[in-house]
Amino acid sequence: MKYTLSVLVENRPGVLSKVSGLFSRRGFNIDSLAVGITEDSSISRITIVVDGDEYIVEQVGKQLNKLIPVIKVKVLEPGKFISCELSLIKVNCNSEKRGEIMKVVELMHAEIVDVAPASLTLQFTSDDEHTQTLIRLLKPYGIKEIVRAGTLAIEKGSATTKKQNS
Amino acid sequence: MISGAEIMVECLKNENVEVAFGYPGAAICPFLDYLYLSSIKDILVREEQNAAHEASGYARASGKPGICIATSGPGATNLITGIATAYMDSIPLIAITGQVNSELLGRDVFQEADITGACEPFTKHSYLVKDAADLPRIFKEAFHIATTGRPGPVLIDVPIDVQKSEIEKFIYPEKISIIGYKPRTVGHAMQIKKALSAIENAKRPIIVCGGGVVLSGARKELLAFAKNSGIPVVSTMMGIGVIPMDSKLYLGMIGMHGHENANRAMSEADLIVLCGARVGDRAVSAPKQVAEKATIVHIDIDPAEIGKNMTAHIPIVGDIRLVLRDFSEKVKNTVSKEWIQTVLTYKDEYIPSGTPDNSSGCIEPRSFIRSLSAMMEENAILTADVGQNQIWSARNFNVKEGRFFTSGGLGTMGYALPAAIGAKIAKPHRQVLCICGDGSFQMAMCELSTIRQNDVNIKIIVMQNDRLGMVKEIQDKIYGSRFAMTALNGNPDFVKLSQAYAIESALAKSNTQAEKLAEKMLNSNKPFILVCRVNPDTPTI
Repeated sequence: MKYTLSVLVENRPGVLSKVSGLFSRRGFNIDSLAVGITEDSSISRITIVVDGDEYIVEQVGKQLNKLIPVIKVKVLEPGKFISCELSLIKVNCNSEKRGEIMKVVELMHAEIVDVAPASLTLQFTSDDEHTQTLIRLLKPYGIKEIVRAGTLAIEKGSATTKKQNS
Repeated sequence: MISGAEIMVECLKNENVEVAFGYPGAAICPFLDYLYLSSIKDILVREEQNAAHEASGYARASGKPGICIATSGPGATNLITGIATAYMDSIPLIAITGQVNSELLGRDVFQEADITGACEPFTKHSYLVKDAADLPRIFKEAFHIATTGRPGPVLIDVPIDVQKSEIEKFIYPEKISIIGYKPRTVGHAMQIKKALSAIENAKRPIIVCGGGVVLSGARKELLAFAKNSGIPVVSTMMGIGVIPMDSKLYLGMIGMHGHENANRAMSEADLIVLCGARVGDRAVSAPKQVAEKATIVHIDIDPAEIGKNMTAHIPIVGDIRLVLRDFSEKVKNTVSKEWIQTVLTYKDEYIPSGTPDNSSGCIEPRSFIRSLSAMMEENAILTADVGQNQIWSARNFNVKEGRFFTSGGLGTMGYALPAAIGAKIAKPHRQVLCICGDGSFQMAMCELSTIRQNDVNIKIIVMQNDRLGMVKEIQDKIYGSRFAMTALNGNPDFVKLSQAYAIESALAKSNTQAEKLAEKMLNSNKPFILVCRVNPDTPTI
């Protein structure tokens, strides 16, 4: 099963390597990882998607908590958070096919961010399932390159992951 | 104006550091120059790994963090095994390394090594200092992190230009504010209540005393808990020394090499109180089966240890000393007489192995360690190395009011000799005995000159069987007696070698002779090396 963790860390050099090093050395599998600063610039948030069972996710949480620069670890409750991932997809496209591809783009609520004589670049923000669907639909035209960012997640409603709450 | 190097020494003084173990190099020279001018005693080791081991022995004996120092590059990388050894056994160390000029970091210059990166898995925390102004805060934090919660090594890597650079004024911070580090010390009241009621309802309870009890200084509390509850106690290797071996309800060491009666009692228990024990694989080989049969109460200051290796039915996160104090005050003695009778019968049935044979030309190490143990002062410190000598010591030496130091987690050969040096420097008035094999002795024997230079009055027993005995035993059992890499042919004459260092020494070939020589050794006020000839076929157990 996949678990999404929201981890607050001190925004200092070397912290990301401490976190990612821990995963490989303890044998945990990371599906995706995304880092960015938070509303407080001295604190960064790392959103991690882990593949494992309950034991693994508990261990991940506890081991992460042992790292000194880690401030807070929260395992997000399934169904109680919104997650999304960003993809940039460059697809082969001549003027003949442009119309067809633009139909797909419209249907999937993707966005065209660059047009060139032989290619189109799309930006797509959604979950993994929809991203896979879009990729499948674009495949027949020839995908030149896919760039995907790690999953971001935020809790639903007014719940937050902050340094003080538990 | 004050330089980074001087600040580093001032920080150590503020932390009441008295001794530092180390080895010099260009990148640490500015700091060493100020250390030389200070009243802090510096001990020059002969190889950096031993600086960490000596600091570890010092820390364990003194209860204060041990300080080890090395230069950049190879000096720092040589420290790693020592740091990792301390990490596995939760020993508080402050490792200070010199680093190349910060502007040259990452260019692979002479003697550059990414030591904070390399030590990442083995340190509780590490710092690469970029600005001399950060040094006071970093040192303050480092000592705090190393010594609180679950103790461990902290590394401070200081580039030479940071050591040389100057700031206005030195102010040692009084407060610490690390937002992500607040170890929990007081156990949860509800959990404690739950545990106590489970203990009262148990029919065959047992207490497992781990290294956490030693680290937390909870000896008194554990003894009180055991006494007030009447529950029998077993120990892991790291927990040896908390309860004297001759106590009535102490059943011995558990685990792969443990006492048979202790393992038997534990396997029949219906409730196990794990006290500061991380359930390592050598202590409990089948944790799943154990947890299926018994209710597990697990007390540890490190929440990550609870449930890691064994399911915990009643977890308690907290300082073992505080939790056991609570336990001992509230627990009732409800243990059944039958259970006590059972474990005592098992204990009676246990017969220590090893009978001396004075005509064999060899000493019998297990029985010799038992005699030696009776000759030592009550509060003697024993350091045991790794291999057969470790198990012989752990099973047969009766630690009374003293201590037992060994590399339990990492199993680092060559630990006992430097650890003994550190222990003796911390406790100059206590007997310090080191037991090692001829393999492990040779991993650390360069430290004989450290002993000589500083007149460290430790007593060293070298069990010489010209083999790497424990591996040889495995080869005998599993690999058709094909002795790959286990014959120590080419061993030196250890007595002559000791003479070369002007350290008194003798060779024993029988238990009677060994006991006489041990008496002479213990009466001498100088270091002494007693070489004991051991039959290579003497088993570990």
